[in-house]
Amino acid sequence: MRYLPLTPDDRTKMLAKIGAASIDDLFVDVPAEARLNGPIADLPAHASELAVERHMAALARQNRAAGDGPFFLGAGAYRHHVPASVDHLIQRGEFLTAYTPYQPEIAQGTLQMLFEFQTQVARLFGMDVANASMYDGSTACWEAVVMARRITKRNKALFSNGVHPHYRSVARTMAHYTGDVVVDSDPELNAASDWAELAASVDKDTSCVVVQYPDILGRIDDMTALSAACAQNGALLIAVVTEPVALGLIKSPGEMGADIVVGEGQSLGVGLQFGGPYVGLFACRQKYVRQMPGRLCGETVDANGKRGFVLTLSTREQHIRREKATSNICTNAGLCALAFSIHMTLLGEAGLRQLAAINHGRAKKAAAALAAVPNVTVLNSGYFNEFTIILPTDARSLVHRMAERGVLAGVSMGRLYPDNDALANGLVVAVTETVTEDDIAAFAKALTEELA
Amino acid sequence: MSTLNPAGWRPEMTSGEAGAGGVPATFTGNRALMLEEPLIFEIGTRETTGVDFDEVAEDFDLGPLTRSAPIGLAGLSESETVRHYTRLSRQNYAIDLGLFPLGSCTMKHNPRLNEKVARMAGFGDVHPLQPQETVQGALAVIHELADWLVKLTGMASVAMSPKAGAHGELCGILCIKAALEARGEDRRVLLVPESAHGTNPATAAFAGFTVEGIPATSEGRVDSDALIARLGPDVAGVMITNPNTCGLFERDMKKISDAVHAAGGYVYCDGANFNAIVGRVRPGDLGVDAMHINLHKTFSTPHGGGGPGSGPVVLSAALAPYAPLPVVKPVDGKLRLVEEENAADHQPDSFGRMTAFHGQMGMFTRALTYILSHGSDGLRQVAEDAVLNANYVLRSLDDVLEAPFGASGPCMHEALFSDRGLADGFSTNDIAKGLIDEGYHPMTVYFPLVVHGAMLVEPTETESLDVLDQFIGALRSLAIRAKQGDEALKTAPHFAPRARLDETLAARKPVLSWQGE
Repeated sequence: MRYLPLTPDDRTKMLAKIGAASIDDLFVDVPAEARLNGPIADLPAHASELAVERHMAALARQNRAAGDGPFFLGAGAYRHHVPASVDHLIQRGEFLTAYTPYQPEIAQGTLQMLFEFQTQVARLFGMDVANASMYDGSTACWEAVVMARRITKRNKALFSNGVHPHYRSVARTMAHYTGDVVVDSDPELNAASDWAELAASVDKDTSCVVVQYPDILGRIDDMTALSAACAQNGALLIAVVTEPVALGLIKSPGEMGADIVVGEGQSLGVGLQFGGPYVGLFACRQKYVRQMPGRLCGETVDANGKRGFVLTLSTREQHIRREKATSNICTNAGLCALAFSIHMTLLGEAGLRQLAAINHGRAKKAAAALAAVPNVTVLNSGYFNEFTIILPTDARSLVHRMAERGVLAGVSMGRLYPDNDALANGLVVAVTETVTEDDIAAFAKALTEELA
Repeated sequence: MSTLNPAGWRPEMTSGEAGAGGVPATFTGNRALMLEEPLIFEIGTRETTGVDFDEVAEDFDLGPLTRSAPIGLAGLSESETVRHYTRLSRQNYAIDLGLFPLGSCTMKHNPRLNEKVARMAGFGDVHPLQPQETVQGALAVIHELADWLVKLTGMASVAMSPKAGAHGELCGILCIKAALEARGEDRRVLLVPESAHGTNPATAAFAGFTVEGIPATSEGRVDSDALIARLGPDVAGVMITNPNTCGLFERDMKKISDAVHAAGGYVYCDGANFNAIVGRVRPGDLGVDAMHINLHKTFSTPHGGGGPGSGPVVLSAALAPYAPLPVVKPVDGKLRLVEEENAADHQPDSFGRMTAFHGQMGMFTRALTYILSHGSDGLRQVAEDAVLNANYVLRSLDDVLEAPFGASGPCMHEALFSDRGLADGFSTNDIAKGLIDEGYHPMTVYFPLVVHGAMLVEPTETESLDVLDQFIGALRSLAIRAKQGDEALKTAPHFAPRARLDETLAARKPVLSWQGE
């Protein structure tokens, strides 16, 4: 067993030191009827590294990798090019095999990185403070709703119909058991968002309004009026950003008056990974910091007066406050936050703006090419790198046929909203810098043939 | 003199230790391989980028939404970036550097094959919403891992999507809520032992339950008589950690489970310590209804400086129908993700969705690789060696450190000591900081709360006897120094990248982001 250093001789010596006759004596507190007397049958025995690698590689080959051909999926997870140095650096053992920085004297690497990450996220979102990350965007979104309840002492959350359906679904699941009220609905295939209607619906019982920017259909809109309506009624505006690269080109939610901004940080550094692990981003105004969930890293000094960093304000957290904590979250997404932060550092402000502009430019080209396909229309008037096209047929079956032609064409609205026939012909198409002109041409050609 | 660091970490030539004891002054603040590193915002600029692009994009005008104000992000070239993070990494302790005996955290070796596998393009570069015929291998990983988890625990099924241990707890508790709802019962109380991880009561409260504590016995186990006496029609269930946070196996687990079931409740087991019993005990045989498994503990997916975790939850037949979406099931000879669109046919009583997409796939590939490497026999050996190492530590130190439950029988995977007998004014924290100077990460301190000045040592199975003996020697010497009142311990660590940090200052005047321009 290559990972187990004890030898049979060691084990004998150790048992003697302990005063136990055999290893079984150490499990004496297990009731006899629950003891297993040997390895569980019906499961294979240990295997060599080569054999395991062969088995896993065979499974990997049964998947089509996004990079194997034209690829246009988004809807909350985006394929961006991650510089090679990111993956190299996160695999340094000192980052990879460290624990939560509970002993700050020997965890300054992780702590300083988290401080830099918090600064990057806060600035990107136009907020004052960000935490050290959450599990993912969907759980961060629910945590923001809970935080708004704590701050406003109200429990009605209004969700824009443009919020990712999985995020809505997480909120509905939780609200069912916590007594919160989630008011939500499916989107309609309109170019305009529902934010004007939301602004009119905010009332004195509303704890928060949750909007996504860009939204699930790729639409972008100005939230200034909505934030004013929230402020008038004492409600908080929560903005969800599932594609942070967009903020290199469009205004931050903070500039438009959002109170809490949460997001999915997967786009930077993390990769697709079939849905996880990702990294939840969570930022807010300074005045709400003591109501935040999750870990926070703060600056301080050591006994010699040198600058250093520690986890702080932990009286909000479960290991101190137990049932009175702001959240039950313990783990954050440290390594994914590191990947995000390294990628952001490599890009810098100039690089992020350039990357965002390239994404938008490619998306415009793709939208033009697809709009030229007979019987296809582009829904959006405004978008960043993702938009929705309306097909003359059910998009759910079409994506399977397109996959057979080698094109992963997008996410069908039917996959996201299976019970809503009115949306069945919608297809959400994401176009990042990884998409080439040839990919766009291949998509348009295959779609033309399918619809012919 | 450089002005790179207005925040002031960099000592002036004339200040600090200049000349003291014949040590020459430092211009840079560095000491050989101990290298200081500024913040990216102090060395980068808004114009610098470490990424070259295929093209120069045009300036797009998106009307009033166009971003005009500066963001305030700093950029570095690739060479500077690599150096920045490499230098930061060297200020971290890690398992790769040495024994990391954090009790209940299970810092074991992270095999590198697992990293290689997770990065195969067929796993790493796959979108969660691809057509299912293009991701059969990914679904097979989930299905195969699920099969192992079910068989290793003797349970009916497993919910794979929870993102971490505490999220898994939430999953199990919501399954209990859903089951009670299906029975038309509104039970509000969850019983949680005082020795529980903080996540247990926090999870119960997060899901809307009222938490009631259950005391521990003098031997460090749940007071099963008190627990059973409290059962009744208002009690939804119990949350018990087994092996518990004192490092002991809960002997009465089956008796407790039977009593809880007889009273109409459910048993949640915190499986954080499953690594101590994997292959030797199946929680299903103890009457457990739900238990999360921290893949980053038992199955060695890397902790990454605080996540990502992964917390699949194994479920009894009573709770399995309520498992969250999505689940992977074979349908007509192919693996299918059961999501919203087909839940009515395959998982009609699911309580809903807990997260976007399907869970921590990158952790599933690593955990399955680890499991296949060990096999059924190797996993049993993992538990045995973990328990053997912990008992060896316990019995090698219980003459110099009080082991409050040393008479309660063998420990499981971790050895618990208290601060009793240290000289006046000396604390567990002093021993912990002293360990840093000896080249170790400290053990878990001040947890569990039921022991004064607790020191919880979990060596794990991936340490050799030589490494254990050296650690034992170091901890023994520190215990003796703390008993003798060696003042130097109070200012330890002396040789770490930082001395003790002022946590009070950090909390009183929180500075949570860089304040410069």
